[in-house]
Amino acid sequence: MAKIKYIEFNGTEHEADVANGLSVMEGAIQNDIPGIDADCGGGMSCATCHVYINDDEWFKKLPEKEMGEDDMLDQAFEPKSNSRLSCQLIVSDDLDGLTVHMPEKQV
Amino acid sequence: MIKTDVVIIGAGPTGLFCAHQLGIIGLKCEIVDNLDKIGGQCIELYPDKPIYDIPAVPKCTGEELTNNLIEQIKPFNFNFHLSDRVQELKNENNKWFVKTLNGKEFETPNIVIAGGVGSFEPRKFPTKSAEKYDGKSVLYSIKDKTIFKDKSVVIFGGGDSALDWAIELSNSSKVTLVHRRDEFRGAPASVQKIKELSDNKTIDLITKYSIKDVKGNGSLESVEIKSESGESKVIKADYVLGFFGLIMQLGPIAEWGLNLDKKTIPVNTENFETNKKGIFAIGDICNYPGKLKLILSGFHEGALAARGCFKYARPDEKYRFEFTTASSTIKDRLGVKE
Repeated sequence: MAKIKYIEFNGTEHEADVANGLSVMEGAIQNDIPGIDADCGGGMSCATCHVYINDDEWFKKLPEKEMGEDDMLDQAFEPKSNSRLSCQLIVSDDLDGLTVHMPEKQV
Repeated sequence: MIKTDVVIIGAGPTGLFCAHQLGIIGLKCEIVDNLDKIGGQCIELYPDKPIYDIPAVPKCTGEELTNNLIEQIKPFNFNFHLSDRVQELKNENNKWFVKTLNGKEFETPNIVIAGGVGSFEPRKFPTKSAEKYDGKSVLYSIKDKTIFKDKSVVIFGGGDSALDWAIELSNSSKVTLVHRRDEFRGAPASVQKIKELSDNKTIDLITKYSIKDVKGNGSLESVEIKSESGESKVIKADYVLGFFGLIMQLGPIAEWGLNLDKKTIPVNTENFETNKKGIFAIGDICNYPGKLKLILSGFHEGALAARGCFKYARPDEKYRFEFTTASSTIKDRLGVKE
């Protein structure tokens, strides 16, 4: 279980307890947190669950991107070097306290 | 004006199997999709990815599934209207009048929306200023490449479309390719070619930059790009091209007076009709308690929606349930000789 903080582009903060094994994307969807669309449902084929990890320490601590994630991020709305697809961030106790920022929009 | 029993919006697996079910019960349909090919998400997003949960098919790719579904509805000779989009619906005397973007018109008692998560459209630049030039000098696809001859063209993107056009246009235009990172997702041979063209100064390659602004006075003059650390550059541009893949937008569907729940359409589970009589929704776009976004659920939904359509298409007939194994009528429709 990890407490994940989701911050919308307008600054609204949401916190959710997300069970281990779920993705950060699923944590948002299951708790009705706006700002993450996840059109493809977690298949790493749409780039609409895009988030920024603004804290550099956290960014480095996250599991590395698998092949294809950066390719998908090329197609996201305003990707940056601290962008991740939240469907690829699998929750474990290690992610307790993670904060993700949502982009202005997903599509 | 094309008169038909059903207009299906969306040629993904759900729309295709619904068409099959309509054919089996003796109804005609016309299928509209805004992609230039049949298959929907299966073809556009994951043609090569194996799917493992199609009943009785242990493993198949999106492309194989699509090809089999096309094969399955071949006997019915239904028309596809590709690269087109249903734009307007109007109801008169229990008939729907349907207009598409390309100006096609249909008259039908039934519409089946099998639109997935919406229609695929190119992702556009996030910059507001680019909208002014959209379709004129800011483009997301190329119809006529001769317009770029001897012009300055700035291309954004790192996939095959961006690379292929950069290579192609470098013969007769001044090409700058801008990409947000050093790696490209295009085919290795194209990436290699781009590097050669950049080394011999045929094209300008700028990485780790993205668009900031487009500038012009009536006509486009330049594009400003920025790096993440805040540096910016201005590049002369007659045309700016963006290739960032496709996104899915609900589009005009949102304007037809249908009840919507986020990006989905609530339906009843008896026949998958929406709040509008004669409009059905199936597949990923529909929503009901327990809805699963599985292809197999879309098949089931399509089969029931087809029977729902029968009621309005043949108001004076009673629908009779038949098995494909036993019914000679169905075998006739399938063109099966025994």
